[in-house]
Amino acid sequence: MNSIRLRPLSHLFLALFLTFAAVGRSSAQTVGAAPAVSKEGVAPGATAAAAPAAAAGATTGDAAAIAAGDALFKGNCAQCHAVNDVVVGPALGGIAKRRPLSWIIPWVKNSSKVVASGDDYAVKLFNQYQKQQMPSFQLSDAEITSIVSYITAEEGKSAGPASTQGTGIKPGDNTGAPDASTGEAGAGKYVDMLLIVLVVVLIVMVVTLVIIANIMKDVLRGRKDLDGRDVELIEQRFDFAKIYKSPVVRGLAVGLFALVVLYESVQGVMAIGLTQGYQPTQPIAFSHKLHAGEHQINCAYCHTSVYKSKSANIPSANICMNCHSQIKTESPEIKKIYRAIERKQPIQWVRIHNLPDLAYFNHSQHTQVGGIECQTCHGPIQNMEVVYQYSALTMGWCINCHRETPLNTKGNGYYNNLVKLHETANGAAPFTVSSNGGTECSKCHY
Amino acid sequence: MQESPKYWKGIEELESSPEFVKTAFSEFGEFLPMKEAYGTSDATVAPRRDFLKLMGFGIAAATLASCEAPVRKAIPYLNKPEEVDPGIANFYASTYFNGTDYNSVLVKTREGRPIKLEGNPESPITRGGLSARAQASVLNLYDGNRLQHFAIKGQKAATDKVDQEIRTKLAGLGGRRVAIVSNTIISPTTKKVIAEFAARYPNTQHVQYDVNSSSALLQANGGVLPAYDFSKANVIVSLGADFLGTWLSPVEFAKQYITNRKVSNEKKTMSRHFQFETALSLTGSNADVRVPVKPSEMGTVARELYGEIVGGGATSNARLKKAAAELKAAGSAGLVVSGSNDPAVQTLVAAINQALGSAAVDLANPSMIRQGNDAQMVQLVNDMNSGAVGAVIFYNANPAYDHPLADKVKTGIAKVPLSISFNDRLDETGSLCYYACPDHNYLESWNDYEPKRGYLSLAQPVISPLYATRQAQDSLLTWAGNPQTYYNYLKASWRGITGGDAKAWDKAVHDGVAMGTLSAAPAPMAASMSAQQAVSALSAAPKGSGVELALYEKVGVGTGTVEGNNPWLQELPDPVSKATWGNYVAVPREMAVAQKWEQGDVLKVTANGKSIELPVLIQPGQANGTVSIAIGYGREMAGKVGDKVGANAYPLASMNGNNIVYSNTVTLEKTGAESPIAQTQTHHTIMDRRPVVQESTLAQYIKNPKEVTEYEKIATPEGLEAPNKVSLWDDYEYKNHHWGMAIDLNSCIGCGSCVIGCQVENNIAVVGKQEVINRREMHWMRIDRYYSSDHHKDEFEKEGKLATYASMEDPSDNPSVIFQPMLCQHCNHAPCETVCPVLATTHSSEGLNQMTYNRCVGTRYCANNCPYKVRRFNWFSYTSNEKFENVNGHMFTDLGRMVLNPDVTVRARGVMEKCSFCVQRIQLGKLEAKKEKRRPKDGEVVTACAQSCPTEAIVFGDMRDPETRISKLLRREDGERAFHVLDSINVQPNITYLTKIRNVEKSNFFAEENA
Repeated sequence: MNSIRLRPLSHLFLALFLTFAAVGRSSAQTVGAAPAVSKEGVAPGATAAAAPAAAAGATTGDAAAIAAGDALFKGNCAQCHAVNDVVVGPALGGIAKRRPLSWIIPWVKNSSKVVASGDDYAVKLFNQYQKQQMPSFQLSDAEITSIVSYITAEEGKSAGPASTQGTGIKPGDNTGAPDASTGEAGAGKYVDMLLIVLVVVLIVMVVTLVIIANIMKDVLRGRKDLDGRDVELIEQRFDFAKIYKSPVVRGLAVGLFALVVLYESVQGVMAIGLTQGYQPTQPIAFSHKLHAGEHQINCAYCHTSVYKSKSANIPSANICMNCHSQIKTESPEIKKIYRAIERKQPIQWVRIHNLPDLAYFNHSQHTQVGGIECQTCHGPIQNMEVVYQYSALTMGWCINCHRETPLNTKGNGYYNNLVKLHETANGAAPFTVSSNGGTECSKCHY
Repeated sequence: MQESPKYWKGIEELESSPEFVKTAFSEFGEFLPMKEAYGTSDATVAPRRDFLKLMGFGIAAATLASCEAPVRKAIPYLNKPEEVDPGIANFYASTYFNGTDYNSVLVKTREGRPIKLEGNPESPITRGGLSARAQASVLNLYDGNRLQHFAIKGQKAATDKVDQEIRTKLAGLGGRRVAIVSNTIISPTTKKVIAEFAARYPNTQHVQYDVNSSSALLQANGGVLPAYDFSKANVIVSLGADFLGTWLSPVEFAKQYITNRKVSNEKKTMSRHFQFETALSLTGSNADVRVPVKPSEMGTVARELYGEIVGGGATSNARLKKAAAELKAAGSAGLVVSGSNDPAVQTLVAAINQALGSAAVDLANPSMIRQGNDAQMVQLVNDMNSGAVGAVIFYNANPAYDHPLADKVKTGIAKVPLSISFNDRLDETGSLCYYACPDHNYLESWNDYEPKRGYLSLAQPVISPLYATRQAQDSLLTWAGNPQTYYNYLKASWRGITGGDAKAWDKAVHDGVAMGTLSAAPAPMAASMSAQQAVSALSAAPKGSGVELALYEKVGVGTGTVEGNNPWLQELPDPVSKATWGNYVAVPREMAVAQKWEQGDVLKVTANGKSIELPVLIQPGQANGTVSIAIGYGREMAGKVGDKVGANAYPLASMNGNNIVYSNTVTLEKTGAESPIAQTQTHHTIMDRRPVVQESTLAQYIKNPKEVTEYEKIATPEGLEAPNKVSLWDDYEYKNHHWGMAIDLNSCIGCGSCVIGCQVENNIAVVGKQEVINRREMHWMRIDRYYSSDHHKDEFEKEGKLATYASMEDPSDNPSVIFQPMLCQHCNHAPCETVCPVLATTHSSEGLNQMTYNRCVGTRYCANNCPYKVRRFNWFSYTSNEKFENVNGHMFTDLGRMVLNPDVTVRARGVMEKCSFCVQRIQLGKLEAKKEKRRPKDGEVVTACAQSCPTEAIVFGDMRDPETRISKLLRREDGERAFHVLDSINVQPNITYLTKIRNVEKSNFFAEENA
């Protein structure tokens, strides 16, 4: 009997439960859409580990020479060479052991002259690489030496997985992250188990109590010495209909429902125009994972204006051709570039990061002056097969970072006096972007 | 004690007409008179539209919630040019010459499209200055009314076909004449091309004519135009030459003129400037002594001045006598110039300069910018009508509109078998021609210029041609059978300068200017008449009778031929009358009172049997018995913007022999119609507390510079104090930068270059005539013009207060004028900031008063609370409301939008906007410094207005850095000329003005002289 009476109430609870469950699931979906992305993006300090890593690399040779060689290598050689991989030209790891410096220097300066001189090794090399001539470089002897010492320093570390440095790509960002997540998952499982056990124990207790109560009632009913009041007490039924009809309960339920709907719509409205996780299909299946991740091509090699201009330009087809006139020329995706050049039709990429026109953003301010890594805002681009919008790109997101990030004042004459003023006035607090007026309206809106 | 005259902004203010009083004390005109202005009488329409709007909004909101963001494309270059980086502006040197004024310019391009012109500091002629017209000319490139292809009888035709037909026809002329009609051409290589064309078709005649002709000046100086250097003149007497506004080369002259006008406590000397003129011009407004004369009296003035200086007669005119005496005393530092097109007047002016031995006149290296020959043009018009001309080619010439004999030009073209137009549109002349072969815009062309002998200038293309046009020189070369491109031709022609050296050529292209000459030495030519002949000719000239008309050129649209379709220039207020969008009959007050004309009454003006109808504008300073009308209006086929604005006054000009004379005797007749004039003069009137402009005399300044400026004090318990000593507010602390501006009222000539510079830089909308009448112009920077009264404080004592106040109400016939550029003052205690309910306007840590459009909800409280009235409200969506399509059309099309500055937001309807101190430039300058790890250098960060000012009246910089120009200037002028407008309300502006100094004995000089 009881169970029948209970049914309407249980339906109501069921409905409520389902609503909450749906809310939970939908919010879980929005989070899930951007793989492993937290709302705040990466904390500004996350990539600070880069500097010591670079310093640690200086175990062999002169650190300055290696640093200089690093820059030179990326500026001149990295288009065709890698330390451990054959790209257009041979892998350069071990070059110092293979050839003497006295051979390398004239070769870099003018390889065709060395080939023409009939040097055996040179001719062999020339033929081995499809008679592709290495262009001449106007580098000084010291510069070439520093490149070689960089390569020597680099080849030693190549065995380790987290060995690269300074390319603007920090594998350090994600190493360790899997461990943390598995650890978290382990903890989560344990809590779940505990909860299930608790629920089971509770259910058993409730069932036991109900059984005891029924037995007690039956025993009492068997007794004849009960007066009217006692009988009433025993036969008393809990009138669920009363609760069901109670205006208070109904009001509460409706109110709760309205709140849920309101919360959901506010969340929905706030998300209008937010495209975090936006991952459109591009006309050419370009992989940042391959180029920036595996081949470690410097971001600025293709996005040439990222250190000097407002916009980090999308590379023009002729930049692709620097390498792809030689590499993977048969790939159907690369052929799309050839076709674009032949037809003189620029490639129409789908724009992923769309700031509204009313907000002024300048890449060079952040990269060149602020020293921010690309990944801070764009996420682990080196792991992205297809690029998606990693950060929220909302004003709140900008402002938060401006509030928390200390200004990159080191060695910048612009800030010298400001730093002094800040230290005398408020030395304890960090000199953040916002304390230099970085959250004022006209810094971004004009 | 300071001698301050009373100022008023216009006749309405002086008279306190009810209309003025009503508008002066309310910030905005009527509340949304949209319906009255444009609307319909059908009352049922509005609710239905409102309903539809609401419904539309509902649907839009619902859709917005459900749909996804649109897919945007990012399209990179296919093959990126090395020097172009998206987001970084490139500057290219080039040259602007439209047939009237020459400017060497730097073209700012973004992603390959020109967006702004700036003065080229390398140029020895314009020295970084830029006129309003040159500033605005970038919009002419994107003009959708340009002819976009070759045409036969107005119908699109293939270039090859046109070429073939023209060459056949030219070959078959049978000895009849070919005439090339152009404005003044100062390009030596273009002249070479024309000569090559003439060699191919031997009967070719090249006729140059100037719309606002200087034929007489050329005749009087042996066929050359003297090059003037106003910096070498200490006494300047101008007989109707508006050399700061429109005459010959205003930017160059303004630069020179102002070097002798700037004062500081190290240099307490100023040149002295007399101006004899009919209409109150920009130059007359800046003169120390201005004398209104009728056009017919100008000859007498010249003759008497000649008599006084050279001998042979004296004058009874006291002011002329004074001018002559000062000229004589100055000797070689004296200069007389005249804007007259009467050879006799110009002959005497030349003789006076010669007698003075004026160092400011250079005949050895003459100016080239006027070469028009009126007589040749008149002859050609007659020949065309008589059938003697076989072919006529119009090159930048529109005589069917801008020549007094336009009717004969029209009939003449019909009688010429082959007529070709190079004009950039099917204008009044072009539409009559059989073939139209539109020329490139100058920003799409290669060309060279020689504005002054020995000074060369180059123009280079900064954008690929937008349309299927062809450069006129290339067309001429093609028809002459020369397969060379004009670029190669030009390069070859420059071999004499570059020596064929690629590097020298690159340098010339890079600098935009070079020294050397490519023109033949001017052939010495006898002056057309002797001074004696001129004197007798002028003595014999008939006395003027009736009402005399003077035609003049406006600073904005000029001759109307090139700039007619430019909305920025149409809306640029005239420096003196502050009228926009159209011309009018400027009448002196006396005549208006006598004839019972009110401002806006339409008059019928008749001369030469032709009449035009224009509204009356009462102009103080206009010579009695005269009226003046601006040329350059009343276009019929200029395009959407310029058509039917005002009336065409060219037919009213008269002919003196073969010279066009820009004056005439006219009859005036009231038509009974009324037509309002869109004047900005009494808009945004500053609250009437104390004088907002300050001026003093040079004598006072020499005596004690500490007394030229009146500093207001306020009463405190400790006695009188400077207003900034008492404040409720905490002061801001500026740690990094403190941007500020100083405006020298002594250097500001009121030319309006800054107004256009600001408009181009900051994407400011054009609103059109009706909205200007509604007092809703959007200019962030305006130039307030104040007339001063004849009467004086001293008279309070002598004549009693009541009598003086009464006489002050009587307007001056010849007021002195003062210009004051007015823009957001970026107050440190800004009244606008405290009243904004949504914090859309806030103060920055660098002293800027920031306006955040996206936060603004349009309450307009800030504008109400602004004491300077510099805030502008977007009443409409000027970028999409079809009512503004004709005037602001460049914001409606993809082509026109290319001119917009991509760093500045285009404001939406319902938000407030105002001067931002060009914050985009500040941010850029700081970023460049940060990238180079240093502090910004002085002069690196400069606002658009300061940069465009030809007289460097505006100085912008960081006031926190003690070594900047502005800091030094403010330290120097503190307590002397530096003052803040409305200092007593203690809003502490970041803009400081410097008191104007006049080179007169007493501030009411005119009154005394008039007495």
